[in-house]
Amino acid sequence: MSNITTILLIPGLPLLAFLLLGIFGNSNSLLKQGAGIIATAFMAISCLLSVQAAINYFVMANLAENGFAAIILFKYTWLSFGSGISIDMGALLDPISAMMLVVVTFISLMVHIFSLGYMKGEERFATYYAFLGLFTFSMLGLILSSNIFQIYIFWELVGVSSFLLIGYYFAKPSAVAAAKKAFIVTRFADLGFLIGILTLGFYGESFDFQTLIQRFTDHQSPQFLAISAASFMGITGLSWGLMLVFMGGAGKSAMFPLHIWLPDAMEGPTPVSALIHAATMVVAGVYLVARLFPIFAISDQAALDVVAFIGILSALFAAIIACTQTDIKRVLAFSTMSQIGFMMFALGVSNYGGENGAGFSASLFHLFTHAFFKSLLFLGAGAIIHMVHSNNMEDMGGLRKHMPITHISFLIACLAISGIPPFAGFFSKEAILHAAHTSSPIIYYLALFTSMLTAFYMFRLYFNIFWRSEAKPNHNTHGEGTWSMKLPLIILGVLSIVVGFIPFSHYVSSDGKSLETHLDLMFSILPVSLAAAGILLAAYLYKNKNEKPEQIAQNLGGIFSLIKQKFYIDEIYLFITHKIIFNLIGRPAAWIDKHIVDGFYTLTAITTEEFSSTIKGWQSGNLQSYALYFLASILGLAILIIYALI
Amino acid sequence: MMPIGLTHILLLSTGLFFIGTYGFFTRRNLITILMSVELMLNSVNINFVAFNKYLYPQNVDGIFFSIFIITIAAAEAAVAIAIIINLYRSHNSIDVEEANEMKY
Repeated sequence: MSNITTILLIPGLPLLAFLLLGIFGNSNSLLKQGAGIIATAFMAISCLLSVQAAINYFVMANLAENGFAAIILFKYTWLSFGSGISIDMGALLDPISAMMLVVVTFISLMVHIFSLGYMKGEERFATYYAFLGLFTFSMLGLILSSNIFQIYIFWELVGVSSFLLIGYYFAKPSAVAAAKKAFIVTRFADLGFLIGILTLGFYGESFDFQTLIQRFTDHQSPQFLAISAASFMGITGLSWGLMLVFMGGAGKSAMFPLHIWLPDAMEGPTPVSALIHAATMVVAGVYLVARLFPIFAISDQAALDVVAFIGILSALFAAIIACTQTDIKRVLAFSTMSQIGFMMFALGVSNYGGENGAGFSASLFHLFTHAFFKSLLFLGAGAIIHMVHSNNMEDMGGLRKHMPITHISFLIACLAISGIPPFAGFFSKEAILHAAHTSSPIIYYLALFTSMLTAFYMFRLYFNIFWRSEAKPNHNTHGEGTWSMKLPLIILGVLSIVVGFIPFSHYVSSDGKSLETHLDLMFSILPVSLAAAGILLAAYLYKNKNEKPEQIAQNLGGIFSLIKQKFYIDEIYLFITHKIIFNLIGRPAAWIDKHIVDGFYTLTAITTEEFSSTIKGWQSGNLQSYALYFLASILGLAILIIYALI
Repeated sequence: MMPIGLTHILLLSTGLFFIGTYGFFTRRNLITILMSVELMLNSVNINFVAFNKYLYPQNVDGIFFSIFIITIAAAEAAVAIAIIINLYRSHNSIDVEEANEMKY
């Protein structure tokens, strides 16, 4: 099979599954029952193909002198606007897209397998798998995009599939509200993204990633000079373009202050949260910034500083909130947001090329390892919720005896996310902290504090679920779940241990050249001991049932409730939208529409109606009066013509 | 006695035309209305013949037109009477004021 066929089949198979199950899934009983197996089989093939493609790319291909080259596998001009600007459909294979292909197809496969058990007996089983297929297809399309407009199209498709899956339980009002919220917030961010695309496209005279990067990183090119000369409100066109594109990325990646949709998105089925809202879709923003990274790093340090600032702010903010939440999925949601913040600021502190680009590699390394342990955490949470039938950690406790496999894998994931060696998260987090340390001490110390908090809230979750005393004895009705649910946990657990040993920066770096990093053991002492301190603190507070957490909460008083209510960000949004936008913009606009615009047309209609009801009596049905009109008109015309002619 | 000229004949036809018009507007009976229409047609015929005779005596176009009009008037009378009979069947009357259903 040629390379192109392989690459086309990778997103093609999930699309096929979507079409097959989406169109025939509910009418054909065979398809309905076999939906899970069919979709999983398609996904497995797609996963194998992408692993093969990645191996081909990284191992078989000779490492050129300039590092791993980006390969355009094919390119088809979809819409041409003349003057060289066109929207293309293409496939771009470079280190980050090859890495993401593997991550997305693999996590998607795990989620497909897990859902076989988790979603068993659901009414809309086939629809669920159809939506998963749609999502996987869109995400893979997004990854392979060679054109910034193509990425935008798939970006929206991903948003739609996320909307459909969050609202999967559409009979639940909270799920419907969450789906709408996610869609509206990300759409709002995408408005910025679109304006950013158009700004870059207008000045760059191309939508193609490679062309844009080449033009905007060459400081002598006419396009670069034009966009740098253009300025709006004291900020150059390039900064505006990049920051607006980043706004789209921040919306999708739930960065502060556009994060409000992510905790609510947990209304969807738990495997969906694992796939979309932990491992793949939410890192699309990081991927987008990484795609345009050379422009950020070489030409616009200011925009990159914004990325770093938003990243560290989100990381810290989410970690603080995560310490107070009691819904286990919400804790995980905030931890996702925090970890994505880590990836963002790692990109933000990075520079282009060589050793200075270590942050770039670290960010994507963290993306890679995070996908494994975070999806493991979510799938584990799914298994727990499946058994306890509650999202609230108050209802859990002492589960380690009942679900040993879930317990062990969850523990592995918690250790990994806390950055304890030798688990995967340790390596990537150390790389990030190292990059931050060399470039910005403030960010480094904030990140250090955040990673301690991470260890604390993850183990708070762990001890609350698996230790403590049993909240509800005898809730063990159907055991730990089927093998289809345990198998992904085991696989992901093993991977969460081993993927950290991959020499990631050898393959993925800002300029494509191999970057050899080595662990600095002295440097690691501080972060690891802080993480261990976090874990011990969590163990002290939560391992056995006691009064200490409540006492602390009471001592903190107002601050605790402020954090628990997520800093009232949702309320601020509600205030802004309802009180300010609705009252000051919405209502006046509605008034103008109702009274002036509508009024004009109503007036026209009323005039016409009045006039016609006045003259309608002329149509009397009386033959002779018609004849009279006729005669009168003829005479009138005759008089007119006579006088006009003479 | 002065010879009969074109003016006299035109006066006659005008008179005939307005008698027809008057009948058309004042009568209620459809048959009478039809007769009034015939009067108007005939006044036109007279005009044709008169113009033909006094202005272009060498031509016969006006006479031909008159013959055509007489033929068509006969056909039209047949159609009109058929309509009147149908109207009588449905309304039990041929009063034109009774047949006023088709209005606003």
